Amino acid sequence: MSFLQKAGAWLDDRLGISDTLMPLAKHLVPPGAKWSYVFGSATLFCLILQVVTGVALTLLYQPTSAAAYKSLEFITHQAVFGRLLRGVHYFGASGMIVLVGIHMLRVYITASYKFPREMSWISGVFLLFLTLAMGFTGQLLRWDSNGVWSAVVAAEQAGRVPIIGTYVARLLLGGDTIGGQSLSRFYSYHTLLFPALLFGLVGFHLYLVFRNGVSEPAKAGQLVDPKTYRKWYQDMLNKVGVPFWPYAAWRDVAFSVAVIMGIFTLALVFGPPELTQPPSPATIYTNPAPDWYMLPIFALYALMPPAIESYLIIIAPLLTVLALLALPFISNAGERSPLRRPWAVFGAGTVVTLVFALLVLGEQAPWSPKFDAKPLTTKLINSHNPQIVAGAGLFYNKGCIYCHLVDGHGGHRGPELTEVGRRLKTDELRIRIVNGGGNMPAYGGVISEKELADVIAFLETRK
Amino acid sequence: MSEEKFPTPPTPTPSPSLTEQAGNPNVDADARAEREGEPRRDFLVKLTFGLGGVAALAIGVPVVSAVLAPLLEPDPQTWRKVGTLTDFAVGSTHLVKFENADSKAWSGLTSESAAWLRRESEKEFIAFSVNCAHLGCPVRWEQGAGLFMCPCHGGIYYKDGTVAAGPPPQGLTQYHIRVAGNNDVELLTAPIPITNMTS
Repeated sequence: MSFLQKAGAWLDDRLGISDTLMPLAKHLVPPGAKWSYVFGSATLFCLILQVVTGVALTLLYQPTSAAAYKSLEFITHQAVFGRLLRGVHYFGASGMIVLVGIHMLRVYITASYKFPREMSWISGVFLLFLTLAMGFTGQLLRWDSNGVWSAVVAAEQAGRVPIIGTYVARLLLGGDTIGGQSLSRFYSYHTLLFPALLFGLVGFHLYLVFRNGVSEPAKAGQLVDPKTYRKWYQDMLNKVGVPFWPYAAWRDVAFSVAVIMGIFTLALVFGPPELTQPPSPATIYTNPAPDWYMLPIFALYALMPPAIESYLIIIAPLLTVLALLALPFISNAGERSPLRRPWAVFGAGTVVTLVFALLVLGEQAPWSPKFDAKPLTTKLINSHNPQIVAGAGLFYNKGCIYCHLVDGHGGHRGPELTEVGRRLKTDELRIRIVNGGGNMPAYGGVISEKELADVIAFLETRK
Repeated sequence: MSEEKFPTPPTPTPSPSLTEQAGNPNVDADARAEREGEPRRDFLVKLTFGLGGVAALAIGVPVVSAVLAPLLEPDPQTWRKVGTLTDFAVGSTHLVKFENADSKAWSGLTSESAAWLRRESEKEFIAFSVNCAHLGCPVRWEQGAGLFMCPCHGGIYYKDGTVAAGPPPQGLTQYHIRVAGNNDVELLTAPIPITNMTS
């Protein structure tokens, strides 16, 4: 035996590669578990990508509230491949969210959470929320004005929790305002606390895959019976199972490589999100908006009725978590095939549609004043009457255009006014402007009689 | 450490029921301990937990303190000068910047705070938090419209801070403000106003 062979044998004996690890790699998986099974492992690869790029970023990042912004500018514009590194970490985070979502949907649609895999689902639910928490704290580490204001918004949300709310908000900010202590906390959560919890839970999640086996592809009419399932599954594996390595693993690897190269390409082409202004809480001319995966929640807060909002902010997440945790206990046996579970498929479809709709709305934010609306051009005003021209100027100056659309210019909060002259008479216009109503402020106190007449004259020409 | 130091445990006489288990050392040892050392083992178990508890408590105090520090620290408020009387015309609304009450040495720009200051009359000032009462986003004063507007979810307030439109459940929070002897306009710094459930 050569020296190398001997060293190899020694290592194998002491580490137990052949005895312990190889059986894991070669464990039998049901046949037919094909491309729909690659999302969990792709999420894992994506997590590893995030860990590696995250560690690399900590080599360049200064986690103090005074220096973080400058170090981010350094990473983005000066550090060798720093832009690429930040970009990969950013798109990797998006990748995590997308893959976790698809993995969860696949598990739900094929009912893989049923006996004996209840704990896989439950650990998965915790992993989902940890992933979201990582995304959120990561966005805050971009310690620009957007990051600072996101921290405030997060504290405000926490503050709605009854009784303990203000304390939770204080703990989140590390004090009663944003300051030197705030970033230290988010940095610790994002790089130490949450990753530690993530690693533990991912290990547990994987251990359960080995203990209970990969769920077999769902077949209509093949019911799960907790009394006989384990024996049936073992017999099936012994009869037709294939070793995971390499017969199933190659798909995981192929798909994960595609995902990682996709993230790399996005990072190369688009780069990381540009930093907004420096992180001064006194910089108020900023438009705090979360990263895309939080936009549905952002949209929900704008759209739900204010009267129930305080309750919904607390009760809805609580109910969601409870429902997700209860799912494998409510239905842990019986049919698994999506073909025989139309309501489950319909429910999942509804949730996906709802989230997408809210995402699109969150991107457009039609409830927000459009602060960057431009004054109406002479061509659009289409009149030389001084009163009408003055009215058009006031329409911009008084902020009407922030919320009302005229010929494609302006915001979307209120009704479009392109043809308002056809719909409303002088008196009706007057009443609405003076008294406001719904989501329109009452302008009576902030507009003079002459100004009011000018604006009305302008609006009446919109036909 | 040599094994000779320990007294060799007496070989138990296998009882008939244990004979077939004699090959299993665990069962053997457990059965032996049960016969001989029950009070002793009980004491050792309690000692282990007791000592572990002492260590956990000792380490836990500073660790938990670090976690809960923001709740244990005082919540200071300080009067900060934001300008002099001549800086603010009657009827005008200004964004004033000041240092928050307990800024840390390493805070940098984040120790800054801001408020909306409005001079109502010769003697009367009114100061609003820049935080929207909905979810804390920074509201802007729109001079032409005479309204505060929030970019996040479209909350709008009148110049007196009351809600004009949108989702905020209450008006803008007001800060204490005073004119000190030498014409300095001073503002009492305050925490970020947290909107609670009942508002």
